[in-house]
Formats: sequence, C-alpha cells, structure tokens
Amino acid sequence: MNFLALIGRVVISFLRAAGKIGLFAVNGVSHIFTPPYYPRELLRQMINIGYYSLPVVGLTTLFTGAALAVNIYEGSSRFNAESTLPTIVVIGIVRELGPTLSGLIVAGRVSASMAAELGTMRVTEQIDALVTLSTDPFKYLIAPRILATVIMMPLMLVIVADTIGVLGGYLLATTKLGFNSGNYIKSTVDFLEAIDVMASLTKAGVFGFFISLMGCYHGFNTRGGAQGVGISTTNAVVSACIMILLSNYVVTEMFFSS
Amino acid sequence: MNEVTPKISLKGLRKSFGDKVVLNSVDLDVMPGESMVIIGGSGSGKSVTLKCILGLLTPNGGSIKIDGKEMIGIAHSERKEILTKFGMLFQGAALFDSLPVWENVAFGLLAQRLHNRADAKEIAIEKLRRVGLGPDVGSLSPAELSGGMQKRVGLARAIAANPEIIFFDEPTTGLDPIMSDVINELIVECVKEVGATALTITHDMSSVRKIADKVSMIYHGNMIWTGPKDKIDQSGNDYIDQFINGKAEGPIKMEILKG
Repeated sequence: MNFLALIGRVVISFLRAAGKIGLFAVNGVSHIFTPPYYPRELLRQMINIGYYSLPVVGLTTLFTGAALAVNIYEGSSRFNAESTLPTIVVIGIVRELGPTLSGLIVAGRVSASMAAELGTMRVTEQIDALVTLSTDPFKYLIAPRILATVIMMPLMLVIVADTIGVLGGYLLATTKLGFNSGNYIKSTVDFLEAIDVMASLTKAGVFGFFISLMGCYHGFNTRGGAQGVGISTTNAVVSACIMILLSNYVVTEMFFSS
Repeated sequence: MNEVTPKISLKGLRKSFGDKVVLNSVDLDVMPGESMVIIGGSGSGKSVTLKCILGLLTPNGGSIKIDGKEMIGIAHSERKEILTKFGMLFQGAALFDSLPVWENVAFGLLAQRLHNRADAKEIAIEKLRRVGLGPDVGSLSPAELSGGMQKRVGLARAIAANPEIIFFDEPTTGLDPIMSDVINELIVECVKEVGATALTITHDMSSVRKIADKVSMIYHGNMIWTGPKDKIDQSGNDYIDQFINGKAEGPIKMEILKG
C-alpha cells in the first residue's frame, strides 16, 4: 500500500513539474511575439550564447571528427570498405554528432549560466525590482534568452560544429590515413543530402529551445540562497541534457524513420 | 465633509504559505503625503505585506486599494499601469549587475518609454547627484560600489520617475550608524521633494524616529498598534514598549525560545 502510494506521489510530482515547465514554456514563447521588445538584451544574449560558445564547440567537434575518422577507418578496414570513410564521417557528424555534442556542450555552458544568473537575480530580489520598475520579467529576461538560443544554435553553432567536425575527419584522413584530398571532398559532397542538413539544423533549434527553457525555468524558480542557486544550476544542466538526448531520438525518427 | 481617500488601504489582508499563516488580518490606511513606517520583528509579515501590495505575492483574502482602486484580481495591464506610481528601495538595493549604475537609475524611465537614452542618462546623473554621488559613479558597475553607495543608487532609482508612492524595505540594514543616518536623511529629503507617500518597513528604531509620520506595529500577522510617531513612547502597549526598547523580557517571545 505504502509502495503504491509512493509510486503515486512520484508520478503526481513528475506530472506537476512537467505541467509547470509546459506553462512556463508557453508563457516564455508567447512573450517573444508581443511588445515591448528588448533588442539590446536579445543582441547581448546572442553574443553570449553564440559567439562565446564557438571556441569550445569548435574544439570539441574538431577532435571528435578526427577520432570518428580513425574509428571508421579501423572498423571498415576489417571488410575492405575504407573508401566509405568520408561518407560515414559526414553523415555521422552532420546528422548526429555535430548537433548532439554542440547541444550537450552548450547545455553545460549556457544552461548553467542562465540558471545561475537568473537564480542570483531571484534571491537578490532583482527580479522583484524589475516588476516594481514596470518591466515584465518574462519579456525582459526569458523571451530574449529563448529566442537568442533558438537562433544561435542552428545558425551559428551547429553550422560551425558540422563544418569543423567534417574538417577534423578530412585532416586526419588526408594527413595520416593516406586519403586523396580531392576524392575525400568529392565523396563528402556527393553523399551529403539536403535532408541531413535539415535534420541537423532542426535538432539544433530544438536543443536550443530546451537548453534555454531549462536554464530559465530552474533559474527563475530558484528558492533560498547560494545553495538554491547551486541546486538550480545542477538541475538546469541535467534536465537540459536529458531533454537533448530524448528529443534527439524523436527528431531522428521524424526525419529518417522508414 | 469631503473624506480624503487613503493612498494605500489594506483591509483584512490575509496570506498563508501552506499551513503557516503570515498575515492574519492586516488593516492599514496610509494617507496621501504621509510617511508610514511598519515595525515588527523578523518573520512578523512586514515584507510579505509589502510584496502583496506590489503584487509580487497573491494574498489569500482581503482587500488592497491604491487611490481607492482595488488591486486584487485586476488585469495584468492595469496592474502594470498602477505600478508606474511606485518606486521601491530594496533591502539589498537589488541593483542589476549586468547594467552600469546610470542605467540602473534610468531603468524605469527607459522601461516606461518616457525618455530617450540620452535624456534618461541625464536624469539619472541628476538623481545620482541628488543622493550625493558624482557623475563618474554612473559608468561604474554596481559590484564596484560599497553597501552605502549601493543603497544611494537604489534610492536614486526609486525616485527617478518621481513616483507617487515609495516603499523602503529595511533601508538601513547592514549599514554603519553614520551611513544609516545619511540614508535616513536622504529618504526624508527625497520623499518631501518628490511629494510622495512613503511606506517603510524596518526594525531600526532610529530610522523610525527619523522617517515616520505614523507608525504601525505588526505582530503575528496583525497590526496591533497604529499611531503618530510622537505617541509611540506613550502607547501603553506592552508589545510596542518591548520592541522599541529592545528588551528580551516581555510579551513578545522569540521563536527560538518557544521550544
């Protein structure tokens, strides 16, 4: 009986949390489309999220592309299929590793930063101060962050991540594995389809939405002092990563399920 | 005879958090141009009263009227309109870290689209000067200021849009006695200059004696005494006497001693 009650409580609290996040998301997104708008705040967030995440995203995908090339070469040589390396690298990076790794890296960087910043604003009454200054915190704080992440993830970070990831594989293959540069590029271009790029950008947009949503939700609802900010930051990163992995599967099924 | 409508009127205001009743039934009238100070111990419901008036917390019952207009249950846009009448100095100043000092002061002016940025900056610098800070402070970040300077900037922000009502939440907490007196002086001067109605919550009796026209004491979620400042020493109320004299003995028992 107690066990059943425990399960019931867990389910109810999960549904309650999901409902709260859902309402928060609807509220946040609806404020993107209604004035007043804060272009300065949007620009500041776009620079913070997009520009300052570039180095870490680029480094991650560069080495991942190279490592992927080594793995594919070693694996495909077992059945004399080394020539498939460029195709597998480009599809692997563009469809899967570029957006997912960028998403996870940006979740660690941006989600945590949003949760910590908004959480500190909450516990130091800065969010209350916004209200007393006739400013809707959803319009000033949440909407620009969500919009900036949804724009910058596909249009800057994942395009760069995909390109650098493929470049990592190309550099490794041409300098260490003896691939001809022209053939490698031709194979890459020939086998990359528009739908691969579409899937990559769609994933990036969806991941960007969850990264900002989780960062903003947990930060905005922070309770307590420094410990509360710490808990919010952890929850933001963990939940953003879970949502990225979950939505990655859903979007992949949407695009490529036969 | 024409009766003056209170600037702020609370009737039977109730607020609970779960089982914990913080405001039991709060009644309070603040007349236009009056400086009302609410005193009370920590956890007595002072800040909650203030947050209910501002709409930061939703009361469980009762009535809150500003200029005779009911605030509970009004539309978001109407509340936003009424909030333009308010200025507030927060306990920790609550300055926005991401903005320079002048933008903090001018935030309300820019948010209400009352001025362009250049004009708003000029007004902000003037308000900073009014609270004793030079124009060079305007370009600093709030993190570069001392606690006293942050309070002054908070005060400049509170008066920047010439509000009709100004709230002061523990204005002298964390400041040394001299800086506390400077802030109290500034509050009195600025409120008079702007012609605002002031509502202050504090447990600092030197603030009370400097700022208040009237004093109200909150205890266990009820206003147990309200009267003019000069009557506070002869209130005949044991709770007031214990509080203003800061004695451990008396009818007010600290929660920690209740066992």
